Amino acid sequence: MSEHLANSSAGISFIVNGEKRTVAAHGMKRLLDVLREDLHLTGTKEGCGEGECGSCSVRMNGELVNSCLVPVLQAEGATIETVEGLGRAEALHPIQKAFLECGGAQCGICTPGMLMATAQLLAVNPHPTIGEIREGLAGNLCRCTGFKRIFDSVAAVVVEMDATAKTGGAHAG
Amino acid sequence: MSTSEKTRIVGTAVPRKEGVDKLLGRARYLDDIEREGMWYGATVRSSIPRGLIRSIGFDRRIDWTEFTVVTVADIPGRNHIQLINADQPVLADGMVNHCEEAIVLLAHPDKHKLREAVDAVNVEYEPLMPVLTIEESERQETIVWGADNILKSFLLEKGDVDAAWAQAAHIVEGEYRTGAQEHLYIENNGVIAEWSEGNGITVWGSLQCPYYVHKSLLAVLDLPEDKVRAIQTETGGAFGGKEDYPSTLASHAALLAMKSGHVVKMTYDRMEDLAATTKRHPSRVRHRTALDGDGKLLAMDIEVATDGGAYTTLSSTVLSRATLHSPGPYVCPNVRVSSKAWATNTVPYGAFRGFGAPQAIFAIERHMDEIAAAIGMDPVEVRRRNFLHDGDTTATEQVMREPVILDKLLDRALTESDYYERQKRFAQENQTRAVKRGLGIAAFYHGAGFTGSGERYLNSLAGIDVTPEGRVRVLVANTEFGQGTNTILSQIAAESIGIDYDDVEMAPVDTNVVPNSGPTVASRTSMVVGKLIERAGLQLVGTLRERAGLREEFTREEFFAACERLREEDGAVISLCRYEAPAGIFWDDQKYRGEAYPAFAWSVQVAQVAVDTTTYSAEVEEFWSVQEVGRVLHPVLAGGQIEGGIAQGIGYALYEKVVWKDGRMANNQMTNYIMPTAEDVPPIHVYFEEIPCRFGGFGAKGIGELPHDGPAPAILNGIRDAIGVGFNAIPLLPEDLFAQLVTQESKAEVSAV
Repeated sequence: MSEHLANSSAGISFIVNGEKRTVAAHGMKRLLDVLREDLHLTGTKEGCGEGECGSCSVRMNGELVNSCLVPVLQAEGATIETVEGLGRAEALHPIQKAFLECGGAQCGICTPGMLMATAQLLAVNPHPTIGEIREGLAGNLCRCTGFKRIFDSVAAVVVEMDATAKTGGAHAG
Repeated sequence: MSTSEKTRIVGTAVPRKEGVDKLLGRARYLDDIEREGMWYGATVRSSIPRGLIRSIGFDRRIDWTEFTVVTVADIPGRNHIQLINADQPVLADGMVNHCEEAIVLLAHPDKHKLREAVDAVNVEYEPLMPVLTIEESERQETIVWGADNILKSFLLEKGDVDAAWAQAAHIVEGEYRTGAQEHLYIENNGVIAEWSEGNGITVWGSLQCPYYVHKSLLAVLDLPEDKVRAIQTETGGAFGGKEDYPSTLASHAALLAMKSGHVVKMTYDRMEDLAATTKRHPSRVRHRTALDGDGKLLAMDIEVATDGGAYTTLSSTVLSRATLHSPGPYVCPNVRVSSKAWATNTVPYGAFRGFGAPQAIFAIERHMDEIAAAIGMDPVEVRRRNFLHDGDTTATEQVMREPVILDKLLDRALTESDYYERQKRFAQENQTRAVKRGLGIAAFYHGAGFTGSGERYLNSLAGIDVTPEGRVRVLVANTEFGQGTNTILSQIAAESIGIDYDDVEMAPVDTNVVPNSGPTVASRTSMVVGKLIERAGLQLVGTLRERAGLREEFTREEFFAACERLREEDGAVISLCRYEAPAGIFWDDQKYRGEAYPAFAWSVQVAQVAVDTTTYSAEVEEFWSVQEVGRVLHPVLAGGQIEGGIAQGIGYALYEKVVWKDGRMANNQMTNYIMPTAEDVPPIHVYFEEIPCRFGGFGAKGIGELPHDGPAPAILNGIRDAIGVGFNAIPLLPEDLFAQLVTQESKAEVSAV
């Protein structure tokens, strides 16, 4: 990589949760650290730093990425979604609501990544089978739940979203 | 209040108290906290398992004036973590006893400069012979701890074991081994420390036991009680791994904060956390069992050995629990358990969900299947013939005064899993298929609360207060790390007072705010602390009725109005309760006899296992768990505890292997220490039988550890059922299956020739 790219003084710009942000960061700084340190979006967590646990999962240009493995220069011009963009306290996203009700979150540290992986899964496949749910979340480790209630949560979102679609309602986020 | 009375809030699936914060990503874990002018800390660690420190050099390529450097000479108080024995140094003093032992601490305002600086501290050693296994330690040729390498030993005796062998129709022996296991909480250990002359030391941390940290900091920093404050931050998993270790990390961060004059944050990355912090004790358990002609137990001679690592930490209490769980849920007139925790030059082993019980239960429940095979009886039947019932006595001669419903749990497990029908089908299918299926069973109890006199010594204090803003707060030092402490204690408080769940919140877990209600360990929170909160709620209502005119039936408004009348008189509205030991409880700590636990939770689990005889991989296809844990306070959280524990137990049995190289963990990464993923955990079916327990909050007993106790033996028993070969050691990876099966096959070929 060329030196001027790595030390982009002009800044790197991308859209995070619908907002354009520009950061003056070293191009090789991890997207995870840029989100947490430069943008103070600490909902995205670091679990292993090597792309194994999925705690740092965010959506980038419609794909799920481990933000610990993405140098921020690769995010130039990208559209990024993190847990902070999913819902609000007064209007939880259906995925958040389902995880709350079904027991999909225990200690909560894998939860932001798990929510983003679920969002990605349902964006690509709105009616996943249990096998597809397992496969879709296989890159996100949870040490607390044994996953069962996470699968239940995802299944509940599908039911809820279908019901809302039928009644013509719209979801936040 | 009687536990059988109908409840409004207890037993219902109210939303997790801190759930919305977690789902929005706004819950503040330790590493999410930044402070103005904060420095960062790092640790220089031992690279050898045992040796003398000859010199510590600081490479000139680093400008050390930018750094704060702390060595053992900077410790103002005692250089020992205050736990059961104060034998573990905060920083190595002239000698190291395990790899990764902390020697020097560094702090700098730029965290990116720390790695190079750590590498630039050159420690020269004079290596000494290390002891790395139980067998090496028990040979006692090299003494690495005390006079004999024995961290702790117990001898439990009931009846006359030696006289029983002569009457036995069968004698069955076996040796069973378990490996180390990593907690693998997804949030690594982390602490922030702040020092000021006026306030003393304050630490924030991802931790289970704030008062453990408090106790160590008092001694290490030589400070008075009011100059030490420990605060728990949102904790991303613990499972026992944040019971004792945070006392060490908090001491390190505090020393750096004191010397540097800056707020200091220390967080471990995954590699450091895996290499340097505690794990589950490896074990070796030997059984020699005498049975009569009907398959009834006559005598059990059990020898338990655990690897404790370099310092005592919690090894004595882990060994105690292993000892007390080693005879299983069976009646036997003659029992001897001789147990020892051995010192080795590895990172000290510590608390991990189950705390010695999973090791002991792996052995006895595998052994029961070997007994069944040896005497030609159905493993289900051998268990049924020997189960404990009401009125029976355990190995410690504790009388089972509460109902014991093992038969019912077993029957339900067999019915729900359609056990015999499946077994019949598999036996047929296995004849022609490369993938062979089997069913395995495990039956067990888990003692709830501290062992023996433990709860009396703890003397926990907990309570409830009401703030002027009209919030009812639960005052406990018990921590939430996913299990649901916040939720269930709020439910209990709301229920016992008679107000809404939403009116209750948890006071911050801050030693300046909450009393010492004991550590969050040993499946004691729902039962022991829950009972204190139930009592505190009733006591508060009683006081309000007596002194503030609260009527028998009251509305929310009347309750808070009465609180304000009491506040005018007393200045505060607070109700505290101290632990009271149940009457008639007797425990002899020397002879290990008496009431080992105030209550037991019971479970029967069934695993359906498939063994691929071409790839030598084993997997769990389906799992059933039936348990009696007293009253279920919250059905969703309780189910989640069981399922999560089972998933960890599956990892313990089939996936999670700590690979050692010269006393050091070689696979300290998530890439090669493998835990079960969403694709590995099978469908898990969970069933509760509820018998309210009079000692627990609204009838609850302990639940958190129980589910981890059974999966490993159930799975290995399932493998035995599938292929007819018993494996006696975990973790059982495909290479281990391969090694044993191929060796057996080649032996069989040789003998056939």
